[in-house]
Amino acid sequence: MSTDTDMPTAPPGVLIPTTSASTGTARTGPVTGSAAAGPPSPPKPRRLPTPIRPGDFGATDITLLAAAALSSLALVWVVFYQLTLLSGGLGFLVCWYLTFLALTWIGMSQVIERQVATDRVVGVLVVSAALLVVGLVVFIVLWVAFKAVPHIHWGSLFTKDQKSLELADPNILNHVGILHAIIGTLEQVLVAALLGVPVAIATAVFLNEVGGRGVKLVRTVVTAMSGTPSVVAGIFIYSMLILTHVLTYSGFAASLALIVILLPSVTRVVEEVLRVVPGGLREAALALGAPQWRTVWSVVLPTARSGVVTAVLLGVARIVGETAPLLFTAFGSQIINVNEFAHPQGALPLAIWVESREANSIAISLAFQAAFVLMSIVLILFVAARIFGRTKGKKSKSAQRQSEDDFMARIFMPIPMEKVGDEQ
Amino acid sequence: MSDTIDLPRVVSDEAVPQPLVLPEDVSAEDQVFRWGVRLAGYGVLVLLFLIGLFLFLQGLPAFRRIGFRFFTSSGFDTLGRHPVYGVAASLVGTIEVASVAIVVGAPVAIATALFLSEYAPAWSRRSLIALVDLAAAIPSIIYGLWAVFELQDNVVGFSTWLSRHLAFVPFFKVTSPPLNASLFIAGLVVGLMIVPIVASICREVFSLAPAGEREAALALGASRWQMIRSVVLPFGRGGMIGAVMLGLGRALEETIAVAIILGGAFTISPHILQHGGSTISQLIAVNFGSGGQLGLQDLLFCGFVLFVLTLVINLAASAIVNRSRSGAGVDL
Repeated sequence: MSTDTDMPTAPPGVLIPTTSASTGTARTGPVTGSAAAGPPSPPKPRRLPTPIRPGDFGATDITLLAAAALSSLALVWVVFYQLTLLSGGLGFLVCWYLTFLALTWIGMSQVIERQVATDRVVGVLVVSAALLVVGLVVFIVLWVAFKAVPHIHWGSLFTKDQKSLELADPNILNHVGILHAIIGTLEQVLVAALLGVPVAIATAVFLNEVGGRGVKLVRTVVTAMSGTPSVVAGIFIYSMLILTHVLTYSGFAASLALIVILLPSVTRVVEEVLRVVPGGLREAALALGAPQWRTVWSVVLPTARSGVVTAVLLGVARIVGETAPLLFTAFGSQIINVNEFAHPQGALPLAIWVESREANSIAISLAFQAAFVLMSIVLILFVAARIFGRTKGKKSKSAQRQSEDDFMARIFMPIPMEKVGDEQ
Repeated sequence: MSDTIDLPRVVSDEAVPQPLVLPEDVSAEDQVFRWGVRLAGYGVLVLLFLIGLFLFLQGLPAFRRIGFRFFTSSGFDTLGRHPVYGVAASLVGTIEVASVAIVVGAPVAIATALFLSEYAPAWSRRSLIALVDLAAAIPSIIYGLWAVFELQDNVVGFSTWLSRHLAFVPFFKVTSPPLNASLFIAGLVVGLMIVPIVASICREVFSLAPAGEREAALALGASRWQMIRSVVLPFGRGGMIGAVMLGLGRALEETIAVAIILGGAFTISPHILQHGGSTISQLIAVNFGSGGQLGLQDLLFCGFVLFVLTLVINLAASAIVNRSRSGAGVDL
């Protein structure tokens, strides 16, 4: 026993057998009897003094995990395919996983200890959940590419619209493309960004720099609006502008609907970025006699530039893929319509939506090609946002770290976060 | 302005003069700037008001025609002599899809957040967070495509298995055979879509758990899970609840991924595994333009119902998240 205590860090492979062996002897051997006979005798240590460290993940753990995986596979295979005569990969995987967890826990608690077993099983759960999410993301991105790329006719995809779309013609992919949708999406998103981003930044400046009456209310409303269903944004523009004949179905109406989605999300993130601009910079500018607009324009916004750019890029990446608002505003079209302000206009998400609902392999193939292009645009925007977010600006170190770590996905969620860290 | 000239007060020292109180006169250019910025802020306010107002007013005729039966009847037959419409089946379907999404998505999201904040090695954390964030950036139509052309075939087998062996659970019972295009499959995809949203908030809340208490727990001999259970999870409980509610708001509003999957049927049933079902946003997206004037009003009022529903849930959720973030209820 004492020799074990002297070992500072016993590898888990050594530690584990001694644990079970010691408890085993304590339970069965004559030691128990003598301890019961003489109460004042020094109490036997129930456990080894060597701590079982949560981080100790050694050969025993790996062996146990592998054994549990294997035996659960065999068990579930027998039950699933031999006894209940079923098929379906997903059900099999779910059952296998659950059995695996149970067997791991039983095995670990027998060989090591119950608390360690729980710790390990939770570890397995947590790691597999993260693997599942990350794996699915990578899989979906690659899946779209694999489905689309083999059928792409690069010569026509980016140069032609679908005016001459004859689904019966097997060689039709040479003559059609998605140029109309690309033009539509670019115009709609660009106009939405040009109109929406300044308002979003101004609102953020109002919330964080100017303040005054109504800040709390506006902040709550912005929060509430970032949860507005995208379909509601679409039918709102429809009911307000198209139903009342102010506008017709057009790309501009789509841009307005996209602004409803863009505005609150960009506002919240920009506000967060402005919040981590050190107050000393503002005070220095004001102390030098600069008016407030000058302070905001020349000091606060440039300091927060990389964060603002990231917020805008992510906001644009979000609205590029919005489909539901476009159904009621841009309406969709199969021919090129460069005019943003009149006549229905196509868009990439709309093209995917319409063509994926056709029971025709060529239409579905076109849908995948459009999805591939859309996915590429989103990826490019996303990577650009990461790169801008990483640019070492003039922000303080903690501000840099906070804003980088925390707001990346914020824009995609219905309600971006309130205050991230402490103010300077 | 005021916080920039509030100097720290040094009391009981006569040599220090009283802080100079500057008069609050704002120059004309700053007045213009402030009002411009304020206008933008109030514009957002007006916008939210307009959304509610227009959907309500334009949809009101459909509601007034049948009154509160709007919430108990369902269908989309607005062209005939005896129109049948309402939000009941779609509302139930919306709640069913959102429930499946939460049941599937929330545990995965919380586990992912735990992994990112507690388990992931430091060198991989940044890129893993980026990948999870990317899940939020993937357009919902692409999730929909993936669900229809890839996920669905795999899930149908699982659904069959569930319906055969767990049919005693009312949700898993199947009365009419085809098991594709079901509320269950739609819920699975939406569950995947809400994972990055819930995970990102949870991760942030978890990472705010005080380091001192973590170390205290570990120093007392707690395993990592025991430390998480006794420090991280209690600390982040409010944030977790709020995050799941935000995910719920997102799940209620998801349109295209659901619309591309669902078969669309106006029956109120708990049998989520079988073909059919509809949600409010799916009803609006699919039937837009096909029901004449009354149909349009019906859809607009359905949109209003959805708008109010998500508004209430999101406001409650953000209130919870904010309160937990400010550290309320934590003894430090």
